[in-house]
Amino acid sequence: MTTPAGVAERLTSFVGALRAHGVRIGTGESVDAARAVEELGLADRELLREGLAATLLHGPGQRQVFDPVFDLYFPRGVGGPEQRAAGREDLRDRLADALAADDQETLGRLAIEAVDGFGGYGSSPESDGWSSYQTLERLRPQTLLARVRDNVRGQGGSSGFADRLLEDEIRRRVDTFRAMVAAEARRRVAERRGRDEIARRAVAPTADRVDFLFAGKDRLAELRRTVQPLARKLATRLAARRRRASRGSIDLRRTLRGSLSTGGVPMKPVLRRRRPVRPELVLLCDVSGSVSSFSDFTMLLVQALHDQFSKVRVFAFVNRIDEVTGLLEHGRADPEGLGSRIRAEAAVTEFHGSSDYGMALGEFAERYADAVGSRTTLFVLGDARTNRSDPNLPALRRITERARRVHWLNPEQRSRWGTGDSVAPAYAELADMHECRDVRQLSALVARLLPV
Amino acid sequence: MFTSVDDVSARLAETGYLASPAVATTVFLAGRLGKPLLVEGPAGVGKTELAKAVAQVAGARLVRLQCYEGVDESRALYEWNHAKQLLRISAGRDETWDEARTDIFSEEFLLTRPLLTAIRGDDPKVLLIDETDKADVEVEGLLLEVLSDFQVTVPEVGTIAATRRPFVVLTSNASRELSEALRRRCLFLHIGFPDEELERRIVRLRVPGLEEALAHSVVRVVGALRAMDLRKVPSVAETVDWARTLLALGADSLDETVVRATLGVLLKHQDDVLKASAKLDLDAL
Repeated sequence: MTTPAGVAERLTSFVGALRAHGVRIGTGESVDAARAVEELGLADRELLREGLAATLLHGPGQRQVFDPVFDLYFPRGVGGPEQRAAGREDLRDRLADALAADDQETLGRLAIEAVDGFGGYGSSPESDGWSSYQTLERLRPQTLLARVRDNVRGQGGSSGFADRLLEDEIRRRVDTFRAMVAAEARRRVAERRGRDEIARRAVAPTADRVDFLFAGKDRLAELRRTVQPLARKLATRLAARRRRASRGSIDLRRTLRGSLSTGGVPMKPVLRRRRPVRPELVLLCDVSGSVSSFSDFTMLLVQALHDQFSKVRVFAFVNRIDEVTGLLEHGRADPEGLGSRIRAEAAVTEFHGSSDYGMALGEFAERYADAVGSRTTLFVLGDARTNRSDPNLPALRRITERARRVHWLNPEQRSRWGTGDSVAPAYAELADMHECRDVRQLSALVARLLPV
Repeated sequence: MFTSVDDVSARLAETGYLASPAVATTVFLAGRLGKPLLVEGPAGVGKTELAKAVAQVAGARLVRLQCYEGVDESRALYEWNHAKQLLRISAGRDETWDEARTDIFSEEFLLTRPLLTAIRGDDPKVLLIDETDKADVEVEGLLLEVLSDFQVTVPEVGTIAATRRPFVVLTSNASRELSEALRRRCLFLHIGFPDEELERRIVRLRVPGLEEALAHSVVRVVGALRAMDLRKVPSVAETVDWARTLLALGADSLDETVVRATLGVLLKHQDDVLKASAKLDLDAL
C-alpha cells in the first residue's frame, strides 16, 4: 500500500472486481481514479472511498456493489484486533452501550472484535473461516432491544413524542451493526482465501440483476424500488416514440391540391396523417407460488403502463383462469400485495394449488376468446412448468392465430427450459419465448416488444 | 480553487451550505481533475444549492441552463440575432454581397446562450445545467462536445474554445436515464438524505431560532418517515420548512396535536399522511 506501484496494482484489481460485477468501467475512469488517489492521498479511508466512487461509478445503483468490494480491497486493518474480546456478556454490554449512544465508530470496532471472538470456525487450514451468521447467532444483537431502549430512556435521551420512534431507530442501528459484521467477516475470509475470489463470490449483485425466482424478501423491496422508476422511464420513452411516429410522410396529393392557391408552388407541405392504432395488451400471468415474485413485478409494471394503452386486460391463472383487470385498477394506490390479493379474490385455483398451463390456456381460449383480436399483443408470463399435465398445445395455437403477436416471458434460465416438467420448448414453437430473469432483461424486453 | 477537502467543507459552510464528506470530496476532485460533476438525488436535498454555493465560494459567475422538454440548440448554445441582421442588411443597401454576407455572421450578431456564455471570457464561472434529465436526448449530444472539450462549434464563425474552464455542475432527478456517454464525462455524485447529525446542523443553520431539543426531535421524526414506504418521502427542504412552521406556531416540543396538524408540510400525498399517522400512532384524522 505504500509504494505507488502497489497502489496502481491494487487499483486495477479493484476495478477488475467491479467489472466482474457488471459495473462498466473504462480505462479513462481508471486513470481518473488514480489521479483521485494522488490528490486525496491514502491517509483517510472514507475520503478515498468517496473519491473512487465519484470517479468510477456512473449511477446510484452501483454503490451497493462498490462498498463491499471497496472494503475488501482497501480494508480498515489487517488481521484481528489487538486485544481479544473478553467474553460474550462483556461484548453484549458494550454493544448495548454503543447502540444506545448510536456511536458508529465503536460499533465498527465491536464488529471487528465480535467476528474475531465468535465468528471463527474449523481448525484445519483448508476448512476454517469466518462466519457472520455464526457471530450474530452467538451475539444475538436483536435481543438487546429492550435493554437499549430502557438505557436510552433512563438517560433521558428520549422523551415526549419522539420516544415512540425509539424502537424502530434501535432496530435500524442493529441492522447497521449486522452489515458491519458481515463486511468484517468477508474481509477476514478474503485475507485467507484471496481477495479476488471473495469479491467475485460473496458480494451481492445490484438489484437489477437479481434473479426473480431467487429474490429474497428484503431484496424484493429493493427490486420494487427499481421497477417503479423503470415504469416511468418506459412511459416517457413510449410517449417519445409515439410522438415521432405521428409525424408521417408527405401526402403528395393533398400538398399539390393545397398549392393551387399559390399558383402551383407548394408552400405548405401536408403530412399524411397516420391512422391511430389502438394497441391492445392482454396478459396471462402465472400466479402460482413458484413464480409469484416474478409476476408481482410484471404486474407492477403493467399497472404503471396502464395509461399508455387504450386497453389492457390482465388474466391470472394457476390452474383456472380469471380476469383480474378490475383488481389492478382500483389497486392503483397500493401495488404491494397485489399478487396475494389476486390469489385471494380471483378464482385461479381448483382442487390443488399447482399450475396447469394446459387447463388455463384451454379455458382462456374458450371463455375469453373475444379478448384477443388482430390488434392484440398477448404476453404470457410464466415458467411453463405444467406439473406433467397435458400442455394443450392446440389451445395456444388457437390463441396465437387470433392475436397480432404473442410473447412469452419465462423467468427461468434458458438452459433449464425443457428439463423436468417444463414444456417450454413446445410452447416456444408457437409463441416467441424470451428469457426474462431480472429487471435488466425485463426492461430491455418490454421496451423492445411493446407495440406503439 | 480549493486546497483540500477540508477547505471545501469549511468554505462551503461559510456560505451556509453544510456538505457531507462525500459532497466535499467530490467537489474537490471535480475542481482538481477539471471534470464536470453530475449530481443525482431526490428533489430537495440541495443539488442546485451546491452549484450556487460553489459559485459563491469561488467568486464566480453562475451561468444556469434550466433544462425542460423541448430545450434546443438555440436555447442552450447560441442563436443568430435575425432582427439585427436584417437591420444591418437594410442599413447598408449599396455595398456588395460579399461585404454584407461576411458581416452579418460575425460575433456582433451572435446571441450567446448559457453553454456558449460559460466557455467564453476569462472570468471564473460555474455552469449549472439544471434538471438535465428533463431535456430531450438530442440535447445530451450537444452537451457532449461542451463537456469533454469545453468548446462550441458555430459553423459560420468556427470553433470557440474555452480559455478558462468553467466549473460544471449537472443535476438530475433520474426521471430519465442519462446516456452512458454523458455519464462517462462526469464525476458522479449521489446526494442522498443526510445523516441525523448533519441534518440537525442544517436545520439549526437554516432556522436559527429553533431550540436544540426540538431540532433533535424534528430530525428524528423525519428520519422515521423516511424509513416508511411512502410515495414521496420528505427531503431536507421539507424538514427545514417543517422546522420553520413549528417555530412560527411557537411549539417548543412535539406532541400528537402539533404533529397531526403540521404533517401536511412534510407529506404531499393523502395516502402518505394516512399511512404515517397510523405508524406514528396519531389518532385517525
